[in-house]
Amino acid sequence: MMTMNEFRSLFHNGLIKQNTGLVQLLGLCPLLAISNNVINALSLGLATMLVMAASSGAVSSVRHFVPHEIRIPVFVLIIAALVTVIDLLMNAFVHPLYLVLGIFIPLITTNCIVLARADAFAAKNHPLHSAVDAIAMGLGLTLVLVVLGAIRELAGQGTLLSGIDLVFGEEAKQFVLHVLPGYKGFLLAILPPGAFIALGLLIAANNWNKARIEQHARAAVPVPA
Amino acid sequence: MPAPFILDRSSVTQVMAWVLAALLPGIAVSVWLFGPGILVTLSLAIVTALAAEAAMLKARGYPATPFLTDLSAIVTAWLLALSLPTLAPWWLIVTGTLFAIVVAKHLYGGLGQNIFNPAMVGYAVLIVSFPVQMTQWAGPLSLTETPLTLAQSASVIFGGEFPKATLDAVTMATPLDALRTGLLQQYTVDEIITQPIFGHYGGVGFEWLAAAFLLGGLLLWALRIISWHVPLAFLAGIWLTAGFLHFFDPGRFGAPWFHLFAPSVMLGAFFIATDPVSGATTPRGKLIFGLGAGFLTIVIRTWGGYPDGVAFAILLLNLCVPLIDQYTQPRVYGEARKGKEPQA
Repeated sequence: MMTMNEFRSLFHNGLIKQNTGLVQLLGLCPLLAISNNVINALSLGLATMLVMAASSGAVSSVRHFVPHEIRIPVFVLIIAALVTVIDLLMNAFVHPLYLVLGIFIPLITTNCIVLARADAFAAKNHPLHSAVDAIAMGLGLTLVLVVLGAIRELAGQGTLLSGIDLVFGEEAKQFVLHVLPGYKGFLLAILPPGAFIALGLLIAANNWNKARIEQHARAAVPVPA
Repeated sequence: MPAPFILDRSSVTQVMAWVLAALLPGIAVSVWLFGPGILVTLSLAIVTALAAEAAMLKARGYPATPFLTDLSAIVTAWLLALSLPTLAPWWLIVTGTLFAIVVAKHLYGGLGQNIFNPAMVGYAVLIVSFPVQMTQWAGPLSLTETPLTLAQSASVIFGGEFPKATLDAVTMATPLDALRTGLLQQYTVDEIITQPIFGHYGGVGFEWLAAAFLLGGLLLWALRIISWHVPLAFLAGIWLTAGFLHFFDPGRFGAPWFHLFAPSVMLGAFFIATDPVSGATTPRGKLIFGLGAGFLTIVIRTWGGYPDGVAFAILLLNLCVPLIDQYTQPRVYGEARKGKEPQA
């Protein structure tokens, strides 16, 4: 079993200290490509998180039987099988969204965050810890994706949650928030350069915040006489 | 101070002041042939640039006065304003200038550190994001029935209202845009240039604007603020590429003189590609930089999605500058040439 402290430190690690999007800068391809609105970002983030949780749990369970030399191919096979399951599920239940996300769903297999957590954490830890770690990492990724998606969607077309009808059907169209009515749109934010610029600004904000906290901590420690 | 006195024009402020002075003929011709709208655009760009510069200097912890008075922000503002349509709406000008100063200049490290020309980054952001507004140019006065006064131009820019005339009567496609659209509609070049917007070499009015920028550029060269390498290579790149295409199929490709006498080419050749920060620094590198930018300009104009390619061509070559400079280091005096024994 895991203690509350371990649980908390795993989540702190995944969401803040080693956030995949802002600190480790892993898996930037889907992060940049799919963050053009909140719904796309949230969907891909959750799909990746599900794959990570399942694959880390599975990898951790078989870690004693897999020879060290061939562990990577074995892990990739496990991840690929799980991604195929997600891919088929999305195709069946949220088909319009599946068409929008397209190639990026099968590409979760090659997302280095998934393999990185499997090899760096799950291959050395208990299944429960591994699954929690994967969920925390996946949540960190999803968080960055959603914030990035919100910034780009807001700056690009002045709405939030556009495309929600792809997930919940035609009636859900009323949930689209027109935050800036009459906004003419800023195409750059939706196009790829907007992703790079917005992610750069997010990383800068994160580093700035970290530096400020460190400075506070240093100021709080009394200087030895 | 001992004689002989050599006039030193090397401080940033002095160089920037001469660049601004060299732009004055172009501005004068623009007012004369296209109406006073450009003055409003320039003023708005200057105010925005200085405000953005001051805010960024404060945020980065630099002293404001020495950097605000070095005129570099104003040069960026002018170059961007001269690249924009004369009656562009105010938010277009503000957005472009903010992007140029905040992102392209200060986020890359401020004056002397920017790898891309800030004015061209501002222009590229605008043409990618707002293609419609960026192609509505005020036509030359000789072709418009109701010229706008300064106050009317200001109300168009700030309020988007056209007083006595409709939008279409005042604005029209630039010659380059007209050529592009015509070619897409399967007209030949000879048919297209019978439209009233086309003049002797370039477009009516536009060719004089180009000549004025050329004059300002020659002034900068005469003062040795810029060397001849980049402008000459840039113009040669344009002329050779356009001439080559025109020679093989005059019906589908515009004449080299037409391509050369677009204001954007002269502005780009003498004022933007010569940027000492984002351009190449070695003499041979400058030639490669200019030729490459000229070649790409014609390629983008001919096969690209936008009517003009100067900004994109220069930005792409900005990207190659470290590589160009790396491989064109001049031979140090006394060092052996490659493959030759040093002489005893």
